[in-house]
Amino acid sequence: MCTTCGCGVADDIKIQMPGDLATMVSDLNIEAHHDHTHSHHHHHDDRTIIDVEQDILQANQLLAERNRGYFLGKNIFAINLVSSPGSGKTTLLEKTLADNKDKKKFYVVEGDQQTMNDADRIDALHIPVVQINTGKACHLDSDMVNQAVIKLNPEPDSIVMIENVGNLVCPSAFDLGENARVVIVSTTEGDDKPIKYPDMFAGSDVCIINKIDLLPYLNFDVEKAKAYARQVNPNLIFFEVSATTGEGMNEWYEWLLSKK
Amino acid sequence: MHELSIAMGIVAIAEKEAKKANVAEIKAIDLEIGTLSGVEIESLNFAWPMAVANSVLEKAEKRIHLIKAKAKCMDCGFDYNIENLFDTCPKCGSYFKDIYQGKEMRVKSLEV
Repeated sequence: MCTTCGCGVADDIKIQMPGDLATMVSDLNIEAHHDHTHSHHHHHDDRTIIDVEQDILQANQLLAERNRGYFLGKNIFAINLVSSPGSGKTTLLEKTLADNKDKKKFYVVEGDQQTMNDADRIDALHIPVVQINTGKACHLDSDMVNQAVIKLNPEPDSIVMIENVGNLVCPSAFDLGENARVVIVSTTEGDDKPIKYPDMFAGSDVCIINKIDLLPYLNFDVEKAKAYARQVNPNLIFFEVSATTGEGMNEWYEWLLSKK
Repeated sequence: MHELSIAMGIVAIAEKEAKKANVAEIKAIDLEIGTLSGVEIESLNFAWPMAVANSVLEKAEKRIHLIKAKAKCMDCGFDYNIENLFDTCPKCGSYFKDIYQGKEMRVKSLEV
């Protein structure tokens, strides 16, 4: 399990495909976190100082880079979808897969605290999917994704979509080894989300504004939301879409399929 | 954020180092935390006793060294202190910046 994470214990984490028997992370004896630091010791009086100089999230970062290398080697484009719960991540994913599965080979990693519900929705589209149930944890980490991707064994030249746990705070600190992070914000949320949760927007490459079909009924100001997001991250690429009606989805598909 | 996770990560690093150094107890730990790392010091302090219980850090003194966030403006080159990710350059008002310090979350050293 992720050595940095205390909010879930390994016994709670399940990684499974629809119709599968669950694999508990604790059953897998993966020696992913080798330690190669060489500490230096100094002695002062009766005290000994050990210089550690180690990032607290180093174990996650190292495995994330290994995932990134795996994707690079197989020419796979991997994206990490993040948002608050209820922004329409899974609906957006379903629509994207349904409209593009004939053009490109897709694989999906679903992250949720509990249930196989999301994986079942993706499975219904005949897309290979692995569900990660994080148990008590509030985010996916690179170790979980590593195991899920090994289980999926994606073909070269494909796209791997990783749907993170719905949470705008914790997942921002955990690199999964993705090629792009996509943050989704919906019009039913506040347009100041980007500055309320700046870390997530600062670390993302793309921002999708979803549920634009509901704009006439809401006070959400699209331009204001974009301006806030640009304050945190001037390089963000925006797509304004409705995953329900399909409005604006083509621009998003164009971007997604242009990535190699 | 997830300060209990962070604290558990620190414990994991300390346990590994203690084993290497063949000591059962750590007297003090020095941490470097950037002001833009996302770690709330108060939450970390709150989570600390639970995280270190029955570990080599149980009796250790925790010393946190805050590292102030600094950025360089990518438009005019001005070097400035920042408090929020959305702060602008005080000289030219640009949002384009390279935050080169302040995101640290590091175990600096252990005293045994």
